[in-house]
Amino acid sequence: MNDRPARRRSSGEWLIAALPYLWLIAFFFVPFLIVLKISLSQAAFAQPPYTPVLDLTAGLAGLRDFLHGLSLSTYALLASDDLYLLSYLKSLQIALVSTAILALLGLPLAYGMARAPRRIQPVLLMLVILPFWTSFLIRVYSWINILQRDGLLNDALLALGIISEPTTWLASDTAVYIGIVYSYLPFMVLPLYATLQKLDDTLLEAAADLGCPRWKAFFLVTLPLALPGLAAGALLCFIPIVGEFVIPDLLGGSRTAMIGQTLWTEFFANRDWPVASAIAVVLLLVIVAPIAFFESLQAREIERR
Amino acid sequence: MGRRFSLFNLTAVALGLAFLYLPILILVIYSFNASRLVTVWGGWSLRWYHELLNDGPMLEATRNSLAIAFCSATIATVLGTLAAFALTRLGRFRGRLPFVAMIYAPLVMPEVITGLSLLLFFVAINLDRGFLTVMIAHATLTLCFVTVVVQSRLVSFDRTLEEAAMDLGCPPVRTFLIVTLPLIAPAVVAGFLLAFSLSLDDLVIASFTTGPGATTLPIRIYSEVRLGVKPEINAICTIFITIVAIVVIVASILTRRADGQAA
Repeated sequence: MNDRPARRRSSGEWLIAALPYLWLIAFFFVPFLIVLKISLSQAAFAQPPYTPVLDLTAGLAGLRDFLHGLSLSTYALLASDDLYLLSYLKSLQIALVSTAILALLGLPLAYGMARAPRRIQPVLLMLVILPFWTSFLIRVYSWINILQRDGLLNDALLALGIISEPTTWLASDTAVYIGIVYSYLPFMVLPLYATLQKLDDTLLEAAADLGCPRWKAFFLVTLPLALPGLAAGALLCFIPIVGEFVIPDLLGGSRTAMIGQTLWTEFFANRDWPVASAIAVVLLLVIVAPIAFFESLQAREIERR
Repeated sequence: MGRRFSLFNLTAVALGLAFLYLPILILVIYSFNASRLVTVWGGWSLRWYHELLNDGPMLEATRNSLAIAFCSATIATVLGTLAAFALTRLGRFRGRLPFVAMIYAPLVMPEVITGLSLLLFFVAINLDRGFLTVMIAHATLTLCFVTVVVQSRLVSFDRTLEEAAMDLGCPPVRTFLIVTLPLIAPAVVAGFLLAFSLSLDDLVIASFTTGPGATTLPIRIYSEVRLGVKPEINAICTIFITIVAIVVIVASILTRRADGQAA
């Protein structure tokens, strides 16, 4: 970039950035500011169902009234009611456990793919990506076919004599874990495969020559080198799982809702816009934390080089 | 290199792929089930596909979804490609950091937040919810995916070809159309297809931003699925899966052929 002779930018080049920039400010940034604003308002029986409403026609007085009307009371409500705290904890628990399961399942699959004959690797890659393109909803739905009371899983287990009467699989945490692991597996496998594929074969050969058994070489050589891929995959899974709505709604029970479901209910069923907005703001903070952690890890990694 | 599958690796890959494909396979098979009871096998039949043809609301939802996906993917492709150019070609410009942040944020933002914020925005600006609002929402969501795909192509792009054209007196716009665009076309097409399929698939954001007359296919399927498994749903899902599989395979063959030419 720097060795290129400095060229004067024409006005046309600014337009290239301006168009997507303005679009994102209008439809991504401003909407988020509105969420922040409404989270500081109070619910009301009105249209729109919150106060205060910024009245621009009243000029500065309107703005002052508006600012006076804002408060943190909605956040106080979130903190005082166990329901919300439990919901956040439930989301974190499900996200943590399923990310761990995903790592355990994804590692051997990605490793197997990376060690497969080179010729068929693109085909394997394609086979892992293909389900990612089919509808999320369809993939979750396909598990209802299997997990329902007179579904195929119970039929199979009954036929094998493992269980003597049908078990309830749906509407449980188990079903949610199955649905999440199934839906997010490609997200975990792809970054892992990308790092494992670049792994230098000679390192493993050296380990073998020095008498290191293969399982030990896996833990001493392969796993440490796969850590960046593992971290990326874990992040790609963990973050969306925390905010997941569809999977727990279709496969989960009604006992404890994940935070995405709580937000949905507050908004659509209770029509409490301020609470829904406050839930969104706090959820965002919960998600930003692991990203910041990952960023700082990467920064340290780059510094070390 | 004559690498062979070891037994462990073969098992891992086979089990992994079986896990990924078995549920879908079962769904496809049961869509051809003659019995109304989803769990009882009553022989092969196309009955549910016939019933789909008479399911007015489902057909309308499919039309809505395809129209929304096409429009939003077009907008997202144009804006996303421009953004990719801005990121790779303009170097450091003022406001670059917030720009990058806004492009990558939707990638990790939970859908419930994006959906909620867009809905509150549309209410605030008094825009009636319907086709247009879903389209804007989907374009915003998928723009970043197009940017990521096109950007990866632009980074590995040989700029001397453009410079040669310019040195020979070709004006910038023409250079873009006859040199740059054909070279990045596979990435742009891949970006479009990704945006299209993401829009077709989205339930959460569409549920927030939709209005009367703009029910999309996932919203329709979702409301049916909540009432339980139905053979018609298996049938429409099978059609959906088939279309997506064909599109993805064609797209990947096209990209690989283009990559082969470039190399």
